[in-house]
Amino acid sequence: MSSGDFDPTAPLTPSGNLRRRRLFSRLAEYGATAAAVAAVAVLAIVIYTVVSRGASALDLDFLVKGAPDGIGPELVGTAIIVAIATAIAMPIGVLVALFLTEFAGSRSTHLVRLTLDLMNGLPSIIIGLFIFGLLVDHRKPSGFAGSVALAIIEVPLIARGSQEVLMLVPSSMREAADALGVSRWRAVLGIVLPTALGGIVTATVLSVARAAGETAPLIFASFIFDPSTYSLNPFESLPNVPVRIFQLSEEANPEGFAEAWGLSFVLVSLILFASVGARALLAKSRRKMAS
Amino acid sequence: MRPVSTTASPAVLNPANDSRACSARRRKQADRLGDRALYGICLLAALICVATIVLIACQVVNGASPAISKYGLGFLTDTAWQPNFGEFGAGSLIFGTAVSSFVALLLGAPIAISIGLYLSLLAPSGVRGVVAPLVEMLAAIPSVILGFWGVLVLAPFVQGTLEPWLHDSFGFIPIFGAPQTTGASIFTASLILTIMVVPIVASISRDLFQAVPREVQDGASALGATRWEVVRGVVLPSTASGVVAASLLGLGRALGEAIAVAQVIGAGSEIQASLFKTGDTLAARIANQFPGALTEMHKASLFYLGVILLAIGLASNLIAQWIGRRFTYGPGKALR
Repeated sequence: MSSGDFDPTAPLTPSGNLRRRRLFSRLAEYGATAAAVAAVAVLAIVIYTVVSRGASALDLDFLVKGAPDGIGPELVGTAIIVAIATAIAMPIGVLVALFLTEFAGSRSTHLVRLTLDLMNGLPSIIIGLFIFGLLVDHRKPSGFAGSVALAIIEVPLIARGSQEVLMLVPSSMREAADALGVSRWRAVLGIVLPTALGGIVTATVLSVARAAGETAPLIFASFIFDPSTYSLNPFESLPNVPVRIFQLSEEANPEGFAEAWGLSFVLVSLILFASVGARALLAKSRRKMAS
Repeated sequence: MRPVSTTASPAVLNPANDSRACSARRRKQADRLGDRALYGICLLAALICVATIVLIACQVVNGASPAISKYGLGFLTDTAWQPNFGEFGAGSLIFGTAVSSFVALLLGAPIAISIGLYLSLLAPSGVRGVVAPLVEMLAAIPSVILGFWGVLVLAPFVQGTLEPWLHDSFGFIPIFGAPQTTGASIFTASLILTIMVVPIVASISRDLFQAVPREVQDGASALGATRWEVVRGVVLPSTASGVVAASLLGLGRALGEAIAVAQVIGAGSEIQASLFKTGDTLAARIANQFPGALTEMHKASLFYLGVILLAIGLASNLIAQWIGRRFTYGPGKALR
């Protein structure tokens, strides 16, 4: 609009082009909101289905008995596999994070970080093929092979999460340790790690939540099992939750579906509680570190 | 403390101080040893990671070597897959992988970017604090459960409602062919993959949009730009490369997903124009057939599929890293 035809008495409401632009902007806002609503709705539908179909089967018997009445062996098997995986992955992940924050030069940082990113982006079925070739082929399937596969999935998650909190440790703490003549390793083990502990635990819990639901590697490592009896030896094939759900869904037998929904319900609730809890813990430890 | 005692000890000649100097020296040695040891095990852990990646590549290629030497590169275009007759080719699987992932990204990327915009620019902070974790929770649902849900809930809906509607409205386009009797189709698999891709792309793009300096956006607003024009003119152009990188990471996830796709795609072996027909992807074929593989050549061919998948996965990941690093505001921060 040129200044010549400016009418000072006109009401201050948008018209013509501006009105169209405003309208378009408003529509775009609605679109973005609708996208967010859609994502939350899908989550709600999935969770609602799992809860409504899985919770009804749930009672104490279902949790402790073997198939076809219950899911006890699978729960124990998954717990063993994930526990061993975490016992392998946590030290390696934390040490890699320490390497990145405390020791590495810029070139090795670059290489290690790239490696972690590639590990993180690796399709889990490839890790399954790897484990099959390394530990299962010409031997026998075992829960331990599954643990190693899950450890490969967990390491980059733990390393990245730990690295983030390690970088949040105030540099003044490291400088104070240096000024007191404390050696590097004492400073790291006595000051840096304890300060970052909350975040490291969070990263580990999140990685456990991720690993507990991984199916692809386990169908190579721990796939022949008897779901009706407990088995505790990690060097045998262990019954486990994700592979059992996969098998039941492939069998397409409506009686098995009830068990699969029950398994899904238990797995989803454990995973969601773990990730919500871990996030709350992270927020708390961040606040503590910031103050 | 320690430096003082060591420098002071030679001046004072008494046995107590002497032993203190000695212990200080020992402690210094222990410290040096401790430093070395800590550095050593940290380096070892890092090397284990690097070695793992290399080993994975070697092992998969090694497992595939009988198939590679037998079929060569013709494997990539051969569409026959008949384990009983010892005929193997990855053509239809590469097609299925490409189509299902592409459709997933086509549906998922705009939704995810919109969610990123909503969470970073539009949502009131209270809502943001609730919606953002919920969207991330979508990524936490195990793929096997999403696939199981896909078989029993999504597939009947797709087959009974969505596919007939799309076929009736847009049936003149060959990709919307007649619906099948079961809900298992490439289209259903794409929808499941969309659900998996959205949270990844959304959370990365949210971080990217949040990193766009406030002043630049305020400047555009002060010049009279509407909210959409700020997004279109300032936010999206300055984060474009990051958003592309995020989408590539999402694509990598979709390409590599095995279990959920294996559950809903229907394990077909033909190349068909219609999205509503069954198909199969590289990863899903491995997941479906490996536990019951018939012959060594069958296994080796499945490993060969793994090699192709590994190559595509690593390539999309590396390209995403490379594009992400060229990103202007806070280089690659969100992608780390």
